[in-house]
Amino acid sequence: MNVYAVRAIYLFELHRTWRTLLQSIATPVISTALYFVVFGAAIGARMTAVEGIGYGAFIVPGLIMLTLLSESMSNASFGIYMPRFTGTIYEVLSAPVSVLEVLLGYVGAAVTKSVILGLIILATARLFVPFGVLHPVAMIAMLVLISLSFSLFGFILGVWADGFEKLQIMPMMVVTPLTFLGGTFYSIDMLPPFWQGVALFNPVVYLVSAFRWTFFGIADVNVGLSVAMMAAFMALCIGIIVWIFRTGYRLRN
Amino acid sequence: MDSIVVVSGLEKTYASGHRALKTVDLTIRRGEIFALLGPNGAGKTTLIGIICGLVRPTAGTVTVGGHDIVRDYRAARSRIGLVPQELATDMFERVWDTVSFSRGLFGKPRDPALVESVLRDLSLWDKRDTKIAALSGGMKRRVLIAKALSHEPDILFLDEPTAGVDVELRRDMWAMVRRLRERGVTIILTTHYIEEAEEMADRIGVIAQGEIILVEEKAALMAELGQTRASIGLTRPLAALPAELAGLPLALSADGQTLSLTIKGASAEAEAGVADLVRRLSALGLDFKAIDVSRSSLEDIFVDLVGKRS
Repeated sequence: MNVYAVRAIYLFELHRTWRTLLQSIATPVISTALYFVVFGAAIGARMTAVEGIGYGAFIVPGLIMLTLLSESMSNASFGIYMPRFTGTIYEVLSAPVSVLEVLLGYVGAAVTKSVILGLIILATARLFVPFGVLHPVAMIAMLVLISLSFSLFGFILGVWADGFEKLQIMPMMVVTPLTFLGGTFYSIDMLPPFWQGVALFNPVVYLVSAFRWTFFGIADVNVGLSVAMMAAFMALCIGIIVWIFRTGYRLRN
Repeated sequence: MDSIVVVSGLEKTYASGHRALKTVDLTIRRGEIFALLGPNGAGKTTLIGIICGLVRPTAGTVTVGGHDIVRDYRAARSRIGLVPQELATDMFERVWDTVSFSRGLFGKPRDPALVESVLRDLSLWDKRDTKIAALSGGMKRRVLIAKALSHEPDILFLDEPTAGVDVELRRDMWAMVRRLRERGVTIILTTHYIEEAEEMADRIGVIAQGEIILVEEKAALMAELGQTRASIGLTRPLAALPAELAGLPLALSADGQTLSLTIKGASAEAEAGVADLVRRLSALGLDFKAIDVSRSSLEDIFVDLVGKRS
């Protein structure tokens, strides 16, 4: 295990975050705060409680999830796309590092950043609405697991993308709609029966549901099923990454 | 002979169908400066890319210090430092950080004293806290070299190190290459400035259309394939070559004023040939006003070799 390489990549990536602190931390915090002002305070005040939980508090897990998914993806995809774009990837490819070490460095840094961000948003939310966390350990574990899955997914995206447009298109065209439709702002029980069935094909429903369960002990779908879905998604991403390195796809000619 | 890089039966066909390398065999000796020459698109960068792990070979094997570059890639790659042709650098990082990053990436613990000495050697010490984006092209080239040397490699690949580099940096760079060789580092370089290869290299390899067409000690190559030309400006023009001079590799210019002698082979024999001609001219009473003797350069040899193939 080339520990020095893992550390070098990890610190390099965190250093990038530090350098771009304003975009990295402040932007998502501000946008989340806006959601709370609009949906939590302004509209939420007129909404009835969902399953006994005030609407402002109900949307907290979903909003954290919204930021977590997009930030995990964009951090990890940007982390590997930039060296490809500038050509500095030659150094990583010629270095004595394995797939695992490259992932620990790039994805590890993306996960670290996402988890910190998630916790900051959690703290920000607490300023606007009162709520408690029923299963804090499970909540943290879920935060890490979901950041990891989507950072892996972002890594794949960063290897696949051959332009900045493609880098943006997945988060904007796929993940944001799925998150909005994934029960961030509502319980899927509130949907008509047909759309409830459709919603079950949306992977984000499982994430939001399980994450909300760690806060309030209520879930749209079975928590075990949610965790199984996450594990399956992560296994798929790891499989694709191993294939990428084995075949050299978009990395080595 | 102690070999450090052994390339055998190496082939590369890109997905586009382009055959960049056709069965390349090459052995690099420990501690030498090896210059790989070839026209654009000959396969130089592909060959270096395969040895360094950037390109996947279609067939064949490469060992570096006895370690297979695929099966035992860690051991092989940790011995290699690569300075790529393109100026690929991070823009917003500081010089010190990017060089330290490279050292870690190649599996070496932090060593500020070593990084300092590398930066000082390359006249980068004053720029250590400068962001790379703020550096000139020549300085960026130095940064790439510093990164390649940060993990104390045994083998240094320099792919067109002096392309677009000013005179001062070129001189510094060659001084550095000599110092590295004295420390026992093996250096493999490609260059378009053939006079540099002529000056620096111990051995020369010529690659054209994906094949190594020649590998030779520089001195032997220059002796075997080099030629000496002597131009003798005559005081009075000649109508034709005198019969006494027949059999010599001589040519008379159209205006009858210049005799040109071309002798192939090592310079000592050639010089004797020129002296002999001068004596004969004197004996014949042919007066001359100027003699210009020149030795063909590696560049002439190279152009000749590559020209024959295309």
